[in-house]
Amino acid sequence: MEKFEVIVVGAGLAGLSAAYALAREGIEVVVIERGDYPGAKNVTGGRLYIQPLQDFLPELWKEAPFERAVTNEIITLLSPDKSLTLRFRSDEFARPPAHSYTVLRGTLDRWLAKKAEEKGTMLVAKNRVDDLLKRDGKVVGVLAGGEELGADVVIACDGALSLLAEKAGLKSPGTSQGYAVGFKEVIEMPSQTIEDRFALKTGEGAAQLFLGDLTKGRFGGGFLYTNRSSLSLGLVIRIKDLAEGNPHKEAPQFLEEFKERPEIAPLIAGGEMVEYSAHLISEAGYANFIRPYADGLLVAGDAAGFSLNVGLTVRGMEFAVASGVLAAQTVKQARDKKDFSAASLSAYQSMLEDSFVLKDLKTFQHAPAFLDNPRLFQHYPQMAGDLLQSLFTIGSRPKQKFSTTIREKITWSEAWEILKDLRKGLKI
Amino acid sequence: MNPTPNMKTKLGKNVFKPGKERHISIRPGFENDPRLKAAIYACPAGLYSENSKGEVELDIDGCLECGTCRIACGTEVLDWNYPIGGVGVQFRFG
Repeated sequence: MEKFEVIVVGAGLAGLSAAYALAREGIEVVVIERGDYPGAKNVTGGRLYIQPLQDFLPELWKEAPFERAVTNEIITLLSPDKSLTLRFRSDEFARPPAHSYTVLRGTLDRWLAKKAEEKGTMLVAKNRVDDLLKRDGKVVGVLAGGEELGADVVIACDGALSLLAEKAGLKSPGTSQGYAVGFKEVIEMPSQTIEDRFALKTGEGAAQLFLGDLTKGRFGGGFLYTNRSSLSLGLVIRIKDLAEGNPHKEAPQFLEEFKERPEIAPLIAGGEMVEYSAHLISEAGYANFIRPYADGLLVAGDAAGFSLNVGLTVRGMEFAVASGVLAAQTVKQARDKKDFSAASLSAYQSMLEDSFVLKDLKTFQHAPAFLDNPRLFQHYPQMAGDLLQSLFTIGSRPKQKFSTTIREKITWSEAWEILKDLRKGLKI
Repeated sequence: MNPTPNMKTKLGKNVFKPGKERHISIRPGFENDPRLKAAIYACPAGLYSENSKGEVELDIDGCLECGTCRIACGTEVLDWNYPIGGVGVQFRFG
């Protein structure tokens, strides 16, 4: 049996960051990827927040092939026939290194893989890891393409579904309550058209989130990210809500209807749809976090449940990079001690706890409960639209005072409900 | 209940590498299981549909390998795996 010091499963951001950090230390590492190339099976919304990564491979991010620096944060509330948009622009977000960047994984992951290979990482693509090899209950390698490959330690970075963490007994199959599915189109159009349509300075970008009628009361929302010469337009909806939502509607139909909205149609007109992709997202935050280590095994990135939706921001990739690097540091320490037992590898958990990864997940552990409120996805966007409609309208009859209009729209019982929801919101 | 006509055109934009095996199948005897209905609505590629006998069918061509059906229906009714290496969807943009 061929043996390596470290086998990383999955060439995503967690796996490649771990491999880069290991290879840099002269540790023998092989990355096994089932796609034709790194990124072939990977999908983001998406954007990457850069500042949490200042302690994690900072030298890399200065030259990364990002799409656009996000300087415009846009939130849009949709009711069936109205919308309200809030647009925030900040020079501070533009100052290099910018606050966050839109990314396409096809470009980013191939680039990061090249960097890891330059440091000495071996990359084996087109190979699926089928199982963990165990001896006396300890992970001692993997079974890939019918071949047994040994390792001192395996780092499972096999994505949100993480079949390997399941096989290791660290995780049970996910529930439709705890997971959402994101699905998106990449729509190509000239760079200049994007800048004109979104009123952007050259090279700058926008990130737009949509809440309301587009999901028909289901937990979720829409997103639109401006890339260099394409838009990423998609939806995220909780799987349970798709399965049980009333009236029933098939997932793809939501996206078709979203694209027909007057808020969206002019933005994508004339663009060419070049790819349709989907990806699973852990939505339970801290509650979906698993014990990320076992004898001879570490789990990083989406596989360990590292993603965080707090409504205004949706994050995952920074957690993947950071947890990959911390897994590599854990392996280095364990290697120095020549001890790859669970007890030795448990240092990983402490490192995660000292980093933004588990700190942020813990800080925002109440966010999923707050967001699990159908009123947020239907009632409030609708109410905002109705209120503004009344305030803006000059009708045939004499106009009533603004305060009267507001009191009509927001009754005492309504105000009481709002207060209750706000109280939940204040826990975030 | 058929996939929206739009859908096949849409999936046609993706790069797929064909394989010999089906990586996801409905376990024999479970075609009528109510748990499968969830996939009809949740699959973002619209690959699950109900036939005239009320059984759920899966058309695996165009699978985006997201795992939604595994979560929506569970592994009791679905025999679920990723395609073998070098097979299936190959995202160019992601």
